[in-house]
Amino acid sequence: MKKSIDITNNQTIPIALIPELEYADFLEFNTALMADETCHCVQYFAYRLPGAIKLICCMANDHEHNISVSSSLVKPDAHLVSFTRHHFSFHFFEREIHENFGLQYTDHPWLKPVRFSYNRADLKQQIANYPFYHMDSEELHEVGVGPIHAGVIEPGHFRFICNGEQILHLEIQLGYQHRGLEQMMLQKKTLLQRTILAESIAGDTVVGHTTAFASLWENLCGFTPSEDLVFARTLALEWERIAIHSGDLSAIATDIAYQLGSSVFGRLRTPIINAFQEWCGNRLAKSLIRPGYNRFPFTPATEAVFTRVLDAYLPDYTEMFDRMIDLPSVLARLEKTGVVSREQSLSIGTVGMGARGSGVERDIRKSHPYLGYSKMDHNPVLLTSGDVDARTRLRDLEIRQSIGYVREMMKNIPPVSQPVALNETPASDSFSITLVEGWRGEICHCALTGPDGKLIAYKIKDPSVHNWLALALAVRNNEISDFPICNKSFNLSYCGHDL
Amino acid sequence: MLSLILIVTASFFFTGIIIRTKSILSGRKGPGIFQPMKDIRRLLRKGSVYSETSGFVFKLAPTVYFASVVMAMLFIPFGNQPGLFSFEGDFVFFAYVLALGKFFSIIGALDTGSSFEGMGASREALYSLLAEPAFFLLMGSFALLTGQTSFADIFGTLHFTSQISYAIGALASLVLLAIALIENSRMPLDDPKTHLELTMVHEVMILDNSGFDLGMILQATNLKFAMYGALVANMFLTRGYEIYYSIPIFIGVQFLFALIIGVLESFWARFRMNHNPQFILMITSIALFIFLGVLLMLGKIV
Repeated sequence: MKKSIDITNNQTIPIALIPELEYADFLEFNTALMADETCHCVQYFAYRLPGAIKLICCMANDHEHNISVSSSLVKPDAHLVSFTRHHFSFHFFEREIHENFGLQYTDHPWLKPVRFSYNRADLKQQIANYPFYHMDSEELHEVGVGPIHAGVIEPGHFRFICNGEQILHLEIQLGYQHRGLEQMMLQKKTLLQRTILAESIAGDTVVGHTTAFASLWENLCGFTPSEDLVFARTLALEWERIAIHSGDLSAIATDIAYQLGSSVFGRLRTPIINAFQEWCGNRLAKSLIRPGYNRFPFTPATEAVFTRVLDAYLPDYTEMFDRMIDLPSVLARLEKTGVVSREQSLSIGTVGMGARGSGVERDIRKSHPYLGYSKMDHNPVLLTSGDVDARTRLRDLEIRQSIGYVREMMKNIPPVSQPVALNETPASDSFSITLVEGWRGEICHCALTGPDGKLIAYKIKDPSVHNWLALALAVRNNEISDFPICNKSFNLSYCGHDL
Repeated sequence: MLSLILIVTASFFFTGIIIRTKSILSGRKGPGIFQPMKDIRRLLRKGSVYSETSGFVFKLAPTVYFASVVMAMLFIPFGNQPGLFSFEGDFVFFAYVLALGKFFSIIGALDTGSSFEGMGASREALYSLLAEPAFFLLMGSFALLTGQTSFADIFGTLHFTSQISYAIGALASLVLLAIALIENSRMPLDDPKTHLELTMVHEVMILDNSGFDLGMILQATNLKFAMYGALVANMFLTRGYEIYYSIPIFIGVQFLFALIIGVLESFWARFRMNHNPQFILMITSIALFIFLGVLLMLGKIV
């Protein structure tokens, strides 16, 4: 019997086609896949069936461009052997399943609550009694930061165990932003409400998450997006990458108190996001992407705006970045700060920029192409040093790469097509998965439908969930005063994690 | 008396000039020169909020800190006019009255019981500790050179004649500039603009201070800056200058001092925290050079 079904990115299959394994087989099959480092787990989640809990695991093979989906049915009071024991990258998924469904793992090394969601299985688990690591040493001290952020961005609690100025351990506790998005996706009945929910998953990845949702929905409804729709979404994804990376460079410069970089990159980001406003009326690209149709076609007039913005952006950007990255006082702060080694990166399953800075090639645009990327010959930027410097240079190289893609794409703008109506109800008893490379990394949305075509489960994964642990590892043995710059070099999402 | 008036006047402009310089250099218009003073005035009219965990030391600390700076200021001479107080060895008193103020601000920070403030206090204590030898080497060298032991007499007798003495003057200005940066927690050692508690030195110590107390601390910092500027200016005010020369020189030096700090802060990234002690020790070694130069001039070696 086949142990899994291989599908491609953006494919919809009947749920019945997913092989259902015994838990022991399920565990052995999926953890064995991890031996190959081109494989990684993109989604592992559970949903409730009458009297049982169904586990679905999606393993992506970057080399074969496919995703192996397998499943297992377990009892709600089962005590299971954990995947995490075999490979750490499963730790988040199993903690989440434990928190939401009360499944017990006998040998999970770090079975702590993820986000204290209001519908968690064990309501006695609260932030007040969160089992933080602590030390009994007289020499060491603890520094607790948050949940209220000093710059009032998003809430998260960081607890450091330090030896003087040196960080020995950092424990990150999030969940303060939990809004119950996955449940709301099921409760809200109209497509527009759901699309707006998708736009609010993470405010800095509006294009990424909305594209993932729209593609998933279109797949479920058997809709093939027209050429101009594909074009607009691909372009918006790259544009979002340019905008956020520029803002991040500004933030990195601010954190090392390099005023010139901070203000110049900040100024450069503004026209980029303003171009979004000229295109669709919102600087964060909200309302730009809708399943099934294109509200704001990319016209030659929009192209003129984008070209004008890029022509003004590039010379200033190049000059500023080249100056900053040659400045000894800047390099002294970036180099060898917050190193995540390739081995660490593979073992905890980092994705996106966090992985590419440590020499791990994780880029959905290449490994599981979607939208316009299937026609592009995309080669991900890879850097190997794994430090803040690598993640800074990675942003620079990706900005330049994305500008190249945008310019190339704008040479052939497809004509605006006649809208085709989208089926109102998705296919029944189906499973669909969509992977999108947002600017931060791999975004994964999964949906399951019931016999009447109604959603029975919707699963969202932001790249931050993998990379938060990378931040915790990166700051070990660094100075506590370097934590902000390490944090900024990853720039992870709190609300994307908390959902 | 004149020096006191000039220092207080300079303190009103000092931070404003730094902020304005930084704004212009980063392509912004920036706030008016008097904005920092307006902020302080606003703070002084507010009441302070005290946390329940802090005791009387925390309430006392800002006052002692402010008083120590005012006290130290009274010793600064102006050219050949001595400060309000002047006695043999007053520069030692000057250094330790400032240290007393710092000591109180450190225990005030510890009194809050916050792990942040403890961290900042330990950093500040370390840097002042390391900076102390530089100051004493510098003033000691001058005392040796002039044979005097009070600020007024040292600066009154000091005059630059030979090439070595010019070199000493330049190096001494550099050392005083660096000490002023360390004592006032400016870049490249500390970033007064940051919002990140974990990287702060001085700012994190005063996180819990508010209203009137905070206003006093901020004004003490302005005064301290102007005071170090006055020390630098004194090196260029040798005996015999008339008042209509020396006042413009004083103002010019203060202005240049603020301008230099503004430029430094615009085009540099800040040091990594563990490089700060190295930087401070480098300042001490420059002070040692001055000492060596003085020995050379006096013919004590070679």
